[in-house]
Amino acid sequence: MTVAAPAPARLRVPTGDGFSPARVWAMMLRYLFLLRSSWPRTLELIYWPAIQMILWGFMSRFLMTNSTWVAKAGGVLLAAVMLWDVMFRGQLGVSVSFLEEMWSRNLGHLFATPLRPYEWVISLIFMSFVRVGIGVVPSALLAIPLYHYSIFTLGLPLLAFFSLLMFMGWAMGLAICGLILRNGLGAESIAWFAVFILAPVSAIYYPVSILPRWLQYVAWILPSSHVFEGMRTVMFQHTFPLGHFFAAAGLDVIWLAAGGAVFLLYMRQARRRGALMQMGE
Amino acid sequence: MAEIVLSVSRLTKKFGDIVAVDGIDFDLPRGVTAALLGGNGAGKTTTLSMLLGLLLPSDGAITIFGENMLTHRHRVLPRLNFSSPYVDLPHRLTVRQNLSVYGRLYRIPGLRERIATLASDLQIGDFLDRPFGKLSAGQKTRVALAKALLNEPELLLLDEPTASLDPDTGDWVRSYLETYRARTDATILLASHNMSEVERLCADVMMMKKGRIVDRGSPTALIARYGRATLEQVFLDIARGADFAPREAAQ
Repeated sequence: MTVAAPAPARLRVPTGDGFSPARVWAMMLRYLFLLRSSWPRTLELIYWPAIQMILWGFMSRFLMTNSTWVAKAGGVLLAAVMLWDVMFRGQLGVSVSFLEEMWSRNLGHLFATPLRPYEWVISLIFMSFVRVGIGVVPSALLAIPLYHYSIFTLGLPLLAFFSLLMFMGWAMGLAICGLILRNGLGAESIAWFAVFILAPVSAIYYPVSILPRWLQYVAWILPSSHVFEGMRTVMFQHTFPLGHFFAAAGLDVIWLAAGGAVFLLYMRQARRRGALMQMGE
Repeated sequence: MAEIVLSVSRLTKKFGDIVAVDGIDFDLPRGVTAALLGGNGAGKTTTLSMLLGLLLPSDGAITIFGENMLTHRHRVLPRLNFSSPYVDLPHRLTVRQNLSVYGRLYRIPGLRERIATLASDLQIGDFLDRPFGKLSAGQKTRVALAKALLNEPELLLLDEPTASLDPDTGDWVRSYLETYRARTDATILLASHNMSEVERLCADVMMMKKGRIVDRGSPTALIARYGRATLEQVFLDIARGADFAPREAAQ
C-alpha cells in the first residue's frame, strides 16, 4: 500500500460551547440508521403492541356481554392496554437506545466528542417518540376495523394522557439507564421488567379502590394511576378530571427530576470508575 | 519556544486502594509525536482516558490548549480526537453512516467532502457502504483512524494504533501518521507496546511503570542511557528491573 498525501487545507471546527441541536440530530440519526438497517427490529416494535391489542380486544368483546362495568364503556380495556403501551414503549425508547451504545461499546467514542449528556438525553427522548409512534399507532389504527373502537375518540384528553405517560416513561427510562451504567450490562434486564413492577399498582384495568388500603397509598404516588383513573372518568362520566390531571403532572415533574438525577449521578460515577471505556458486551 | 499543547501536573488515579496513575507530570509541545511506553497495567490507557475526559482523576491537573480539561472539556474536545482498539464503533452502521454521525457530533463543515477526502486518503472508499462489523481488523483500524481524523485534531491520542495489524497495514498506518503530523503540525500521543513503531514515530518517549513515569527521552537517548541496542531492550530492563534503578544497572 502507498500513502496518499493528505489535503493541504486546514479544517475549522466549531467550538463545543453551549447546546447544539446538530449534535442531538446526529445522535437521532445514529438510532434511525440502526432502525432502518434491521426490519426485524422495526417489526418487533409493532408486533407486541398489536398482539396485546388483539388479545384485549377479544377479552373486551367477551366482557361486554358478561360485565356491566365494561359494558358501560366498550373501549375501556382497549384504551387502557394502548395507553399502558405508550408508557412502556416510552420507557423502552429511552432505555433501548441507550443500551445500543452499551452493546456496541461506543460510549467511549461518544463522550470523547463534544456531545453533552443532556444532548444525548434529548435525542433518547426524541427516539422514544419515534419508537412509540411505530409501536402504538399501528395497533391503535388496527383496533378500528377489528373492534370498531378508536382511541382517538377520546379527543384532547388522549393528548394529555399520552403526554403524562410519556413523561413517566422517560423518567423511568433515565433511572434505568443510570442503574445499567452503575451495574453494567448484567443489569440490562431491568430495562425490560422494571415497568411491570408498577403495572399492578397503576390501576390499568381496574380502579385504585380495588387495591388493599396500603397499596392505594403507593398507587397515588404514581402518575400512571392518576392517568388511568382519569381515562375511566372520561369514558364513563364524560368529564375531564382536572384533579387527576394536575396530580399526574406534578408527580411527573418529581419523577422526571428523580430519573434525571439518577442518570446524571451514575454518569458521573461512570466517569470516576472508568466505566465509559470498559462498558460493553 | 514551541507552544505547549498538553500539560499534565501531579495526575493521579486511584481505584480504591490501587494506584493506577501515581502523580505524573509532563508537557507536550505542538508538533511532537510522543509515546507512553510500559507493560500491561503500567497506567498508559488510564492516562489516555483521563486526557480524553472519560475518566475523572483522583488528583492533579490536565491543561490542553491552555484550558483546564476538568472544567472546560467541551472547549477542548472539538480540537482533540482518539482511536483505540478497545472502544468500538457501532457494528451495524455502515462506515459512511458512522463517519456521518461522528462528523455531525463535531459539526464538521462540508462533511460530505470531508468524508470523501478521508476515504481517499485512508483508502476506505471501497467499503464505505459496508457495515463496520463486517470489516477485517486492518479495515477497522483505518476506519477508526478516519473517525479520529474527522475533525483534523490538533491533539491526537492513539491507544495501540497498529495492534493486530499485519506488517504492511501497520507500516501504512505509521506512514500516514507521519504525513499527517508533518502537514498539520499536530501533536500525537500514543500508547504502544510496539517498540519499532515508537522508535520510528516518536521523538519523545515516556517509560511508565506502576503508574509512574520512570524515565523519559528520545529513543536514541534512552537506548544510549541504558547501554542497549534497541528500545525493546530498554523496555525489558525497565519492566523487569528494580523500580527506579535501571540507569545505574545498565551502566
